[in-house]
Amino acid sequence: MRREGSPFQGLGTVALKEMADHLSSARMLVLELLIVLTALAALYGAIDTLRQNTAEDPFLLLSLFTVAREPLPSFAAILGFLIPLMAIGLGFDAINGEHNRRTLSRVLAQPIYRDALLTGKFLAGLATLTINLTALWLLVIGLGLIFLGIPPGGEEIARSLAFLVMAIFYAGVWLALAMLLSIVFRSAATAALTALGIWLFLTVLWPMLAPAIAQVIAPPDPRYAALGLETPDTALWAQALQRISPNHLFNEAMVAVLSPTTRALGAVFLDQLRGAVLGAPLPFGESLVIAWPQTVALIAGTIVLFVAGYVVFQRQEVRA
Amino acid sequence: MNEVIVSDPVIAARDLTKRYGSATAVDHVNFAISKGEVFGLLGPNGAGKTTTILMMLGLTDISDGTVRVLGHDPAREPLQVKRRVGYLPDSVGFYDNMTASENLAYTAKLMGLSSPERARRIAAALARVRLLDVAHKRVATFSRGMRQRLGLAEILVKQAEVAILDEPTSGLDPQATVEFLQMIGELKAEGVTVLLSSHLLDQVQRICNRVALFQSGRIVLMGAVGELARQVLGAGFVVEVEAEGSGLDRRLAAIPGVTQVETIAADRFRLTADHDVRPDAARAVVAANGALRRLSVDEPSLEAIYQRFFQTRSNEPQGVRNAA
Repeated sequence: MRREGSPFQGLGTVALKEMADHLSSARMLVLELLIVLTALAALYGAIDTLRQNTAEDPFLLLSLFTVAREPLPSFAAILGFLIPLMAIGLGFDAINGEHNRRTLSRVLAQPIYRDALLTGKFLAGLATLTINLTALWLLVIGLGLIFLGIPPGGEEIARSLAFLVMAIFYAGVWLALAMLLSIVFRSAATAALTALGIWLFLTVLWPMLAPAIAQVIAPPDPRYAALGLETPDTALWAQALQRISPNHLFNEAMVAVLSPTTRALGAVFLDQLRGAVLGAPLPFGESLVIAWPQTVALIAGTIVLFVAGYVVFQRQEVRA
Repeated sequence: MNEVIVSDPVIAARDLTKRYGSATAVDHVNFAISKGEVFGLLGPNGAGKTTTILMMLGLTDISDGTVRVLGHDPAREPLQVKRRVGYLPDSVGFYDNMTASENLAYTAKLMGLSSPERARRIAAALARVRLLDVAHKRVATFSRGMRQRLGLAEILVKQAEVAILDEPTSGLDPQATVEFLQMIGELKAEGVTVLLSSHLLDQVQRICNRVALFQSGRIVLMGAVGELARQVLGAGFVVEVEAEGSGLDRRLAAIPGVTQVETIAADRFRLTADHDVRPDAARAVVAANGALRRLSVDEPSLEAIYQRFFQTRSNEPQGVRNAA
């Protein structure tokens, strides 16, 4: 059975309205302030560190993203931690909010499909996140120019732009998750708490749990332990499990792109390193290839979560 | 059930059925609504009224049967239907942080109206529902009655041919109710077909041409209020006569159409009749040389019909129940 009309009718209207809501909301302002202030603190630390041992790094601008000074983590690590919070903040009441305000049936009684409402809300959230992340990115570049005084090279800009794209899709995963929960749970508070729970679990608990689970699945070999080495099987399992978390994927991709000397993520066989000049930067294309699987995983995660939400939403009853 | 043959119906349901798992919310419902009619869906909460409405709008799947709205199948051509049908949901909600006109502008954009057309229609609609002076106030400050009126304004902006109103007057104070019913009357005068659901019977009675009584997913009674009264109460009109004279009760009872004469006081009689017998009653009193003081007619109350109907049905044995 073919539906009549376009599923995208009204998409632009919904997206623009939702974006206007996001950009003017107090919630968004608080989240932006939180991110900007922590990011500024991290950047201040990085700039201070870089000024003391400058001229050694050919990719000074990228160091701005990755250099950390105790007790603050690096700018990129802070983003990895706070982007989910922002995305959850934008998405947790996307659909159940409409239910609870009793606006859903009124809006869906207009000549649009549900597709337009859901897609419009998702795109509006993603656009809002993109605007914020791009602004942050520009802030870093601008501060780098002012305080380091070295104009960034083309490759540095390209690498940091790749990082920006990854950050946007990383945000997309969490936005899609938050929206899925907003469809599944009728109460916005439940959806928000569940999303925050998943976020804390994946960013804080999972990195500790994954190695433990890996040791259960593949017990460490005492012969390796005697040599002070990790058992390869255990390490591989630990890594595979870690990669369930989008946070871990984002960190891996970030390292590959922002630290040009990264040659591999995770375990490497010794013969793979034959002929390699350790410590020498890889070309941008090679770094991208290393980060590609992680990036694709983030994009796929976004799509899968969005589709799951779409399916549930299409089958959901409109009435409260 | 007496089927009213409606030619070229605006809304026509045939064996419309909605099942949730094993529970049947709407059970083989049949009705046809003609253009310009005000049709009432009545019944207790949970009788299937809202589900029927949602199926008409394509907002919920139809399990069985068909419904055509303005010649379209809402399950297959929901946009065609929704473009021409206005819907005011039960306790309608608006975006509280937006003003009244912003709320309308949003849905008007979803309707696909151009910017100048939007501005013109919104101003006109807000004026008609008497919300023009609060057009730029945030909806958060609006009372329930104002929200209902704003919902009606949305239907006006759409210039809908069919207006579907779900419990439009529940929770309104008497003043707001009267105002709202007046506005529904105005819609009807413009030739808009109105379908409204309610559990408040006396209000529906005032404005509906025909009603359908729902009970656990079925239409158990359908027709004009007077018709139903004859059918259920046995008579449609109650006339009260206040007059002095001798032997009035016998003379009143002799009027054709009167089924019962009740003597309330020495000079007060209550007649039950199948039509308005006031002229005959006046003649009868005058012919008996009586002094006629007061003559009043009670329209048959839907409430009475409703109660009587369910009373008798619950007394009937199970087998007969399904015959209705």
